[in-house]
Amino acid sequence: MGSSMIIGQYVPGNSFIHRLDPRTKITIIFFFVLIVFFANSVMSYGLLTLFAVGSAVSTRIPAPYLIKGLLPVWFLIVFTFILHLFVTKEGEVLFTIFSFDFYTGGIIQGLAISLRFFLLILVTSLLTLTTTPIEITDAIEGMLGPLKKIRFPVHELALMMSISLRFIPTLMQETEKISKAQASRGVDFRTGSFKDRIKAVVPLLVPLFVSAFKRAEELAMAMEARGYQGGEGRTKLRELRIGKLDTYTYILFILLVIGLFLTRA
Amino acid sequence: MDITFKDVSYIYQANTPFEHRALSGVSFHIPSGSFVAVIGHTGSGKSTLLQHLNGLLRPTEGKVMIDDYQISAGEKTKDIKSLREKVGVVFQYPEHQLFEETVAKDIGFGPLNFNVEPKEIERRTGEAIKAVGLPEDLLQRSPFDLSGGQMRRVAIAGVLAMNPEVLVLDEPTAGLDPSGQREIMDMFSRQHKNNNLTTVLVTHSMEDALRYADHIIIMKDGEKYMEGAPLDVLVNKEELQRVQLDLPEVIQFLHQAEKQFGKAIPYQKQSIAQLAKELTAIVKGGESNG
Amino acid sequence: MSYFIEFRDVSFRYREDQPWVLKDVSFHVQSDEWLAIIGHNGSGKSTIAKLMNGLLLPQKGEILVDGVQVTEDTIWEIRKKVGMVFQNPDNQFVGTTVKDDVAFGMENHGLPRKLMVERIQTSLAAVGMSDYVAHEPHRLSGGQKQRVAIASVLAVAPQLIILDEATAMLDPKGRLEIMETIRNVQEDQDLSLLTITHDLQEVVKADRVIVMNQGSKWLEGTPRDVFSEKDKLRNIGLDTPFVTKLAAELSAAGLPIQREPLNHQELLEDLWTLHSKM
Repeated sequence: MGSSMIIGQYVPGNSFIHRLDPRTKITIIFFFVLIVFFANSVMSYGLLTLFAVGSAVSTRIPAPYLIKGLLPVWFLIVFTFILHLFVTKEGEVLFTIFSFDFYTGGIIQGLAISLRFFLLILVTSLLTLTTTPIEITDAIEGMLGPLKKIRFPVHELALMMSISLRFIPTLMQETEKISKAQASRGVDFRTGSFKDRIKAVVPLLVPLFVSAFKRAEELAMAMEARGYQGGEGRTKLRELRIGKLDTYTYILFILLVIGLFLTRA
Repeated sequence: MDITFKDVSYIYQANTPFEHRALSGVSFHIPSGSFVAVIGHTGSGKSTLLQHLNGLLRPTEGKVMIDDYQISAGEKTKDIKSLREKVGVVFQYPEHQLFEETVAKDIGFGPLNFNVEPKEIERRTGEAIKAVGLPEDLLQRSPFDLSGGQMRRVAIAGVLAMNPEVLVLDEPTAGLDPSGQREIMDMFSRQHKNNNLTTVLVTHSMEDALRYADHIIIMKDGEKYMEGAPLDVLVNKEELQRVQLDLPEVIQFLHQAEKQFGKAIPYQKQSIAQLAKELTAIVKGGESNG
Repeated sequence: MSYFIEFRDVSFRYREDQPWVLKDVSFHVQSDEWLAIIGHNGSGKSTIAKLMNGLLLPQKGEILVDGVQVTEDTIWEIRKKVGMVFQNPDNQFVGTTVKDDVAFGMENHGLPRKLMVERIQTSLAAVGMSDYVAHEPHRLSGGQKQRVAIASVLAVAPQLIILDEATAMLDPKGRLEIMETIRNVQEDQDLSLLTITHDLQEVVKADRVIVMNQGSKWLEGTPRDVFSEKDKLRNIGLDTPFVTKLAAELSAAGLPIQREPLNHQELLEDLWTLHSKM
């Protein structure tokens, strides 16, 4: 599946969701996750689905890409549904197959839970699909800001995250390079018993750690040479700004919440 | 071992939006015992080419033959492990592959994987460390306590200890100081002669190519651009400039001297002293061309 | 004449039980000059660079930068004046994109955002990387990353840039890119330049050269002076440029070569003059 899995991937774009402040996106997704559990009528589910699907469409990420990308999750959704069919024994017996009774309650429950599950996955994956990892880092730094008062190292945490993001591709290349070098010295990463394979990982992991430490050391020196001395007195290039777009989005979301409670059974 | 490439193409991440053609239709033949330099800019496909030599990559189209081994699209190569034993590869910055507790163990790691007898491993380890010019008392030290240059040599010794018949070198002197570079290249040249190796050197240095190789392949955008004997290929200013490669400095100078004095000094790997004599004769030659 | 940097009898060792890496080294860097330091690995040349902006502090002697002694208290001011580019292009790229990396130093020094935006543009233009503002580092070549590193240093508007073997890990094309960039930058701005290098092509273009050997200053002078000391260079196993070697052999073959040539052109001019006289 590998490359078709889209959870956690960023798809560049310029839709209004792409342009939203990442803090807005995180806040709304957080509350959306909460209110999904309040839906209990066809109308209320319909409203939430409309919101989620509407958001997804507005990102202009091609639908087939989204649907295919959520493939591994589809399996879970279908599984949840079937589980409910078998386990929930409420309401009337709708039909019987091989002397097993299927209840209306099971079907309704199954549908409702699977739909919730689907909505959660869809909306949360929209965050990573439309927000670069570094924007998410900025948002976290911004939102945790108040914790600085209790000496929580917010700036350091954010810097750590952004440096990790920066070095992921570098370390991936390095892993490939070292595994090729060791394969050339006769290491077989693919076959052999479990124990053999664990042993084959050592010649890969040790050099990776050594090189990561060396990189860290050199990076620290380079950062110091460039005047880094912690978060104090530091200015920032990347700025988060709540704009009109964000305000409209919040209003829309509040309307959704009101609508939800009006349509609840 | 003879090495033959027949219409080899290689595509990274085929059938995805990230598809990238790294080699297209590359053919050449390297007879056993040659010292070949592969030259080209970053992205010209030389690293991809190199990885075909021990089956790390398999051609998308065409086939690679190394002695009796055949590597081609689709089919599995028999005995890929024994091919890797016979083709030693020194990667760029090979010191990054060191991992064992002692230098001796690291040098013996390759042979151990290829099921060489412990006694024989010990013998080869001793031989290899001498070959790279390090004292034997380093053998029991941790490779991580050594200097960068020493680590590079240990890593190279680890490849030599496999007793390969083909030696593939990917910019083996990158990042070393000039005297270190010279020592390492002279060492490879000795190994090549003494052990009847077939050597493939990937390099950016026109100087090294001229000095050590007997055959040169120049790569450009994944294709073979030129091929031939060093003194044929490396004097061809126009052709080289088209791929933004420089002439070796000696040849550059001789070209300029020819322009200035109207007389050519053909380059035949003379020493600098010999060149100076020939140049002096021209300078003293009398008749002016001005 | 003003000295921008002055080393006065500086000695340094990493730990007390270890040998001195630098022994009583004195020299200076003038304003607006290009000084090159050469020497074998382990000769102490990289240590000199790290002492200049307080990444290391000497045990003996003193170092003055723009008249101020380098101490724990002054290093942050000094690091604004002395920028540094290191060897490994990857291990000094802090930002997730080019513009974030150029901003990093300015952020550290607390420059206002508006100025940062301006300087990102001007410094990337100075190194010819304006088209790569939003690029991520893994999509850049080694030479491009080093150009970004230079831009990052320029953005803080230092008075001295140190290139500590900044071209050692690059291919010839990348090396050329960097040297052209550096030459342009030095012409356009009032900058001193210190390059620590093995590349003789770089050395001949400098105003002055210091040769280091085993922690001490071995030779100092213009490239022409230094390369004419062939025996002294050979004694410590340092290579000389091709024209230098050729000129020596030509002299040995009986041609009276007057000046030490620094490039092909100079040697050929002198040979032509000799030729015309004969």
